[in-house]
Amino acid sequence: MIVAERKPMDEIIDMIAPYEKVLVLACGGCVTVCLTGGEKNAEMLATQLKLAASQADKTISADFDCITRQCEKEFFDNLTKNPDDYDAVLSIACGAGVGYMSEQYPDAVILPGMNTTFLASNVANGIWEEYCRGCGDCALAWTGGICPIAKCSKSLINGTCGGTNDGKCEVDQDMECGWLAIYERLEKRDRLDEYRKMRPLRDHRKDRGKGVRRLVLKDMIEEEPVNE
Amino acid sequence: MSEPVSKLQKALQAGEFVVTGEIGPPKGTNIGPVIHEAKEYLKGAVTAVNVTDIQTAVMRAGSMVGCKLLLDEGIEPVFQMVCRDRNRLALQSDLLSAYILGVRNVLSLTGDHTTMGDHPEAMGVYDLDSVSLLEAMCTLESGSDLGKDMKGNPNELDGAPKFFKGCCVTPCAEEVAPQIIKLEKKVAAGAQFVQTQAVYEPARFEKFMKSIEHLKVPVLVGIVMLKTAGMAKYMNRGVPGVSVPDELIQRLGDCAKEDRQKVSIEICGELISSMKDFCQGAHLMTLGWDHCVPGIIAAAGLA
Repeated sequence: MIVAERKPMDEIIDMIAPYEKVLVLACGGCVTVCLTGGEKNAEMLATQLKLAASQADKTISADFDCITRQCEKEFFDNLTKNPDDYDAVLSIACGAGVGYMSEQYPDAVILPGMNTTFLASNVANGIWEEYCRGCGDCALAWTGGICPIAKCSKSLINGTCGGTNDGKCEVDQDMECGWLAIYERLEKRDRLDEYRKMRPLRDHRKDRGKGVRRLVLKDMIEEEPVNE
Repeated sequence: MSEPVSKLQKALQAGEFVVTGEIGPPKGTNIGPVIHEAKEYLKGAVTAVNVTDIQTAVMRAGSMVGCKLLLDEGIEPVFQMVCRDRNRLALQSDLLSAYILGVRNVLSLTGDHTTMGDHPEAMGVYDLDSVSLLEAMCTLESGSDLGKDMKGNPNELDGAPKFFKGCCVTPCAEEVAPQIIKLEKKVAAGAQFVQTQAVYEPARFEKFMKSIEHLKVPVLVGIVMLKTAGMAKYMNRGVPGVSVPDELIQRLGDCAKEDRQKVSIEICGELISSMKDFCQGAHLMTLGWDHCVPGIIAAAGLA
């Protein structure tokens, strides 16, 4: 899932300062699951914004709404409030939601209430940890299912560096060395041959080096886009 | 055995016990004192001098300029290259540039993470790693580069370099097996010599050397001068894969302040003489105490 954290309150207050009528818009997708951008968060944030405004001798109206997913147009029909009726919409979806809403409501001011951080799993109550960087070239088959891109602080592909220390990474003594974990997993499976292999250089075009990435399923395209 | 391209390669091929030194370019433009010290204390005393590459991710003048200034003084440099700050275009370009300037020895390193240094917000690159940087050197030597021309054929260089290629290893890492496999990959990728991370445990180092016998690559044991007991304790806490025995910390702690440098030199000398029979050289990292190098060499019984 995509993890996003709410931006610091001061930053949000600065962002909405020019506006009087604000809609805080939650997303029912990933950010609801990681308990940061769901309907309850939107309700609470709207209240906090009104409180902060009143403390600053300002008056704002702040409503809230929530749709199933902000990254899919079909769910926009579920909006109970119209974004175009507001001075600004503070979206607490991930960046994909904010960006897509901005594109679909070009006359509305859609602002990001969140910092989108990483692709994660919920590893314990209240803890989400990064498992994928979306690099476009999955390595998990030869690393025992442990991602060298996400779990190594340097995203190395040929094995551990000299910064591994008692199983931890030089960057943070509380962080596991991803490559040591890979080594141990492969050793247990008697597959250290995978560790020994020379890995081809990464192709960063698959990552973020070639502009906007798209997934196109030709069979699923119903009609040619008009503007192409 | 290939025709040596440097004095360092020649000495190692001849089976001499080789000593190398190390300098770090300054944070600023005032590089004169560092070069002066190298000329004063390292020239003639060591076979080659490493020039660090933005070590510990603390921004400073670059390795290549230090190498060039050493060459001007008749001192053979080892050009350290980390993969943290440059992508494959810049790394290959700098290899060509360094070769044009007369650099022949290159040491391939991963590089400490950006967050360890004084620009923690900087992006870490790691487009190549310490293995693929060695492969890149071999590719350049073959007259090509890592790219392709418009037709998908290998690019052709107008003049190819020839390096003596080195790498690093941490012999006393808590988990040494994955380090050894990585070293095997570095040697397969073209590494011709090894300079190690600091070693203070000769017995552990001897065991390590036995475990890499099959690689048949010359190894220069890394000796980092312990200036104070506090520094030794810091290394135990903060430097991965380095463990300073209590006995050495005690010796540094017990001696009078004015004797500390003498004791520090003695410790380096003892370490080298206890390990010189099972490695091919020593790499001295004096952290600015270049004037101690002749003393260390004498204390090791190498003079």
